[in-house]
Amino acid sequence: MKLITHNFLSSKCMKGVNVGFPLKISASDVKVTEVDFNPEFVARIMQKIDYPALYTATESIGHLEDLPKQMVENYENDEHFLKKVHHALLQLEVINGELICPETGRKFPITNGIPNMLLNEDEI
Amino acid sequence: MSRPEYLAPPEIFYNDDEARKYTSNSRIIDIQVQMSERAIELLLLPDDQPCFLLDIGCGSGLSGSVLEDEGHIWVGMDISQSMLEIAVEREVEGDLLLSDMGQGCPFRAGTFDGAVSISALQWLCNADKTCHKPVQRLYKFFSTLYACLSRSARAVLQFYPENCDQMELVTSQAMKAGFFGGVVVDYPNSTKAKKYFLVLMTGGNMPLPKALGTEQDANGVSYTTKRDRLKQARGKSVKKSRNWILEKKERRRKQGKDTRADSKYTGRKRSGRF
Repeated sequence: MKLITHNFLSSKCMKGVNVGFPLKISASDVKVTEVDFNPEFVARIMQKIDYPALYTATESIGHLEDLPKQMVENYENDEHFLKKVHHALLQLEVINGELICPETGRKFPITNGIPNMLLNEDEI
Repeated sequence: MSRPEYLAPPEIFYNDDEARKYTSNSRIIDIQVQMSERAIELLLLPDDQPCFLLDIGCGSGLSGSVLEDEGHIWVGMDISQSMLEIAVEREVEGDLLLSDMGQGCPFRAGTFDGAVSISALQWLCNADKTCHKPVQRLYKFFSTLYACLSRSARAVLQFYPENCDQMELVTSQAMKAGFFGGVVVDYPNSTKAKKYFLVLMTGGNMPLPKALGTEQDANGVSYTTKRDRLKQARGKSVKKSRNWILEKKERRRKQGKDTRADSKYTGRKRSGRF
């Protein structure tokens, strides 16, 4: 699971969960892959990204690598910043670990890079 | 037509064997790719702009590969672990999620610029467990899908409805969830090439895109002017035309019969007032 997906993932489909965002990550295995840098896409997706959640997620998997704590203003033209965000969003991949719902503490296991978001009958 | 929905629930039907079949059978791949391309066409995404898309029932990522080729970034969700493992093996670029569409789309509001789904929606119409209620599951799916799409985004879902009732059920639940749109049927006169696309719009009611293969009506033969043109070439005028009337009057005059003089009114159609 890439962090871009994590930044949009929520556990609000569960019964009794209102926001369900951001999910906590406890990663046991993280992979860094090479992905082509597309500044246009990163600049566009930044409008939707919840930056504090991205920062916390990157920190929790231990790959912070000088990602600024605050979002840079006028990031559209700041290629240096966009590259860092691109690295965090698309190149970091959690292979094994768990996602934890912030409200109920329910754990969603991640195996082979695929988070299991299936719910049981009594959780719907 | 065989319906895998009757055999077993999707997470069981798409086991390792079936998943392998999906990626090794070139006919299945061709059809999936064609339908994916058509679905993207129906999405009407802005040109030359990489978009963030959701693929519902992505399976082994055949449709996702088409999205990649168009330069988009995608996230796929599927209920079958085996299919997703094949997708990982194929090294698709999109991110994958093991999730049941009937339990809703687990994303924040306004996440995606569009959503596609190829041959997945019909699975929702079945009740595979005692806790499954198709109507509720469809509504949950459509309402959460509506929430996770950005404004004016579209969702195109290709599916195989079993009958009219099923189509009605699916469409009515989508409209109840707030979507506009309807079903586009490509090649309606062909048994094999006929494909149903549920085109859903969030930003207001817009005319549905035109279906493919509807130009020629298979129930009748279309009219051609070929014979008329041939007749003209032989030197005879088209019957009831002005030329034909003039020629006829000329013949009568030659026979010495009483004939009205030609005028600008000869052979002219009556105006609509009569």
